[in-house]
Amino acid sequence: MNYAASPVLALHLPLWRSRLLLALIAGGFLLLAGRAVYLQGLNNDFLQHKGESRYSRVLEISANRGRITDRHGEALAISTPVKSVWAIPEEVQYSSQQRARLAALLEMPPQEMDKRLNDATSFVYLKRQIPPEVAERVNELRIAGLFQNREYRRYYPGGEVMAHVLGFTGADDAGQEGIELAFQTTLAGKPGSRRVIKDRLGQIVEDMESIRDAQNGRDLALALDAKLQNLAFSQLKLAVESNKARAGAIVVLDARTGEVLALANLPTYNPNNRSRMSGAQLRNRVITDTFEPGSTLKPFAVAIALELGKITPETVIATAAGSLSIGNATIHDAHRFGDMTATQVIQRSSNVGAAKIALGLPAEAMWGMFDRAGFGSAPRLGFPGEATGKLRAYKRWRPIEQATMAYGHGISVSLLQLARAYTIFARDGELMPLSLLRVDAPLAGRQVISPDTARKLRAMLELAVGPGGTAPKARVMGYRVAGKTGTAHKEENGHYAEHKYVSSFVGFAPASDPRLVIAVMLDEPSAGRYYGGAIAAPVFSAVMGGALRMLGVPPDAPLKPLELPPGGSEIKEGV
Amino acid sequence: MARISLVLLLALTVCALGLVTSQHKARKLFAELEREQEHAKQLDVEWGQLQLEQGTWAMHARVEKIARDRLRMSVPDAKRTQVVLPGTVAGENPGGGR
Repeated sequence: MNYAASPVLALHLPLWRSRLLLALIAGGFLLLAGRAVYLQGLNNDFLQHKGESRYSRVLEISANRGRITDRHGEALAISTPVKSVWAIPEEVQYSSQQRARLAALLEMPPQEMDKRLNDATSFVYLKRQIPPEVAERVNELRIAGLFQNREYRRYYPGGEVMAHVLGFTGADDAGQEGIELAFQTTLAGKPGSRRVIKDRLGQIVEDMESIRDAQNGRDLALALDAKLQNLAFSQLKLAVESNKARAGAIVVLDARTGEVLALANLPTYNPNNRSRMSGAQLRNRVITDTFEPGSTLKPFAVAIALELGKITPETVIATAAGSLSIGNATIHDAHRFGDMTATQVIQRSSNVGAAKIALGLPAEAMWGMFDRAGFGSAPRLGFPGEATGKLRAYKRWRPIEQATMAYGHGISVSLLQLARAYTIFARDGELMPLSLLRVDAPLAGRQVISPDTARKLRAMLELAVGPGGTAPKARVMGYRVAGKTGTAHKEENGHYAEHKYVSSFVGFAPASDPRLVIAVMLDEPSAGRYYGGAIAAPVFSAVMGGALRMLGVPPDAPLKPLELPPGGSEIKEGV
Repeated sequence: MARISLVLLLALTVCALGLVTSQHKARKLFAELEREQEHAKQLDVEWGQLQLEQGTWAMHARVEKIARDRLRMSVPDAKRTQVVLPGTVAGENPGGGR
């Protein structure tokens, strides 16, 4: 039977049936095509997203906090990753054996662990900041409902020695005190994230896009010299302990660059373990506390008098009775010196002499001197809580106030301001801007007094540590030293406390070409002696001697053992 | 005409296979790069930890204690110190004492 003879061909169907079928099929295809266009072209976000989530992942990129180093690159603060263990208490399941192991690894009693798990339902930290090795062993216990995340912890190898300069960071690695706070924006890293393609093994095979670049924090090189800092700290500690002082502070400046080479405070704390810490331990007395400096301010009054030509170093000032009455107040000296020259006023630290010199000055000029020396304004280190001190406007000075200010009462300064002000004498009349960071090209200072006056003052200050001065104990073998003692009554509730003193010493060496300025302060020494020349000067001497040796500064004086004047014959300054 | 088509088809197949292999290679290399970068990060962390360790061992107070107690070292006093200034004796260590 051939095809042409098929009886089916003989059938005649109505034409509309085939047309209908064609239309239906064409309509069906059109629908499919339309849907395809809609899904792939118009509304494609949803499916694309679904597809991507099968292979692409967003990864967090962690960023390190910058390291802090000393001027020679020695590490002072480093962040290193640690793990924190947290749990979803509802899901935690473990055997009693696992519980005991976990408690032992986390170094906490099992009862306390149970208490933590019972107190919360959805989230609780079991222990924060544990070393990665311990975290790994916790992981090996394979306890359900227990998780870990990565955090950074900051370590300070220098411990208590550097505590006040460096400060510390909180649990989230953000600066809370000191340099860590002052340079937070520099040190802090910015975590980033990126989208990648992962294969079925979890390996990253392709970078898709960088959502945010991670930025590691920048490293910071401080001006601090770790060795010198250690020397300053240990000497200060010895002095505070042997004099039973309530507190102590020391700062070492580079007279050439204005860098802060060492800065230490007592009492101090261990920044690696801050569980027991009091406000007194936290205080950075060098920068944030002010005190009435006492005689260490006398050189400034004498400097402006010399500058204005009111006196010469040889001008004789009569301090005859050792006391001077102004209105109904009386200024005393510790000794009766009789007539003496301006040089001797500094050398022997005569209150009456300084007061008489000050009274011959216009108040405005004296105020101007203090102001230009940086008293009454913050040193602008960028350090949190820098004290400005108190310098009242000259228009309201009474004569007695002007007289007492000449020997450092009625004015308050921070130890750092005091040390900086002495750069004027150490540098031929230039006040240096200070820096906590290493300075490669020294900034220019500001000329405050003429080089000639500065040199005269240097000679006077050198005599103050010589025999017949107030601080022979400040001398350093092999170097010419210049400096000034200060002993002041502490002010309490508006009155000067009878038996509470602040003893200080500020000085620089070598006097022929000053390299270092050191200021030492001891608060409320209570072991009997309280004169700056007796207790603060030896600290200065020990630190200065060691520091000059470390820095390899050539000696400018013959190297022969120092002879101290026989006990008790030291000149005591007026208090 | 048919022959040209055949040649082009062959070329296309080769190119397609080449693309697949190179993509695979690129992904393998990238995975390796990732691993190395991770390794670098780990080494950086380790370096930090080693610096910390060094800092702890080299603490000045500790070094000084060992020098004094175990090695019986001390700072020479004035009688035993001689300072040689640079320029005074040729070849001497500048500023060094002995």
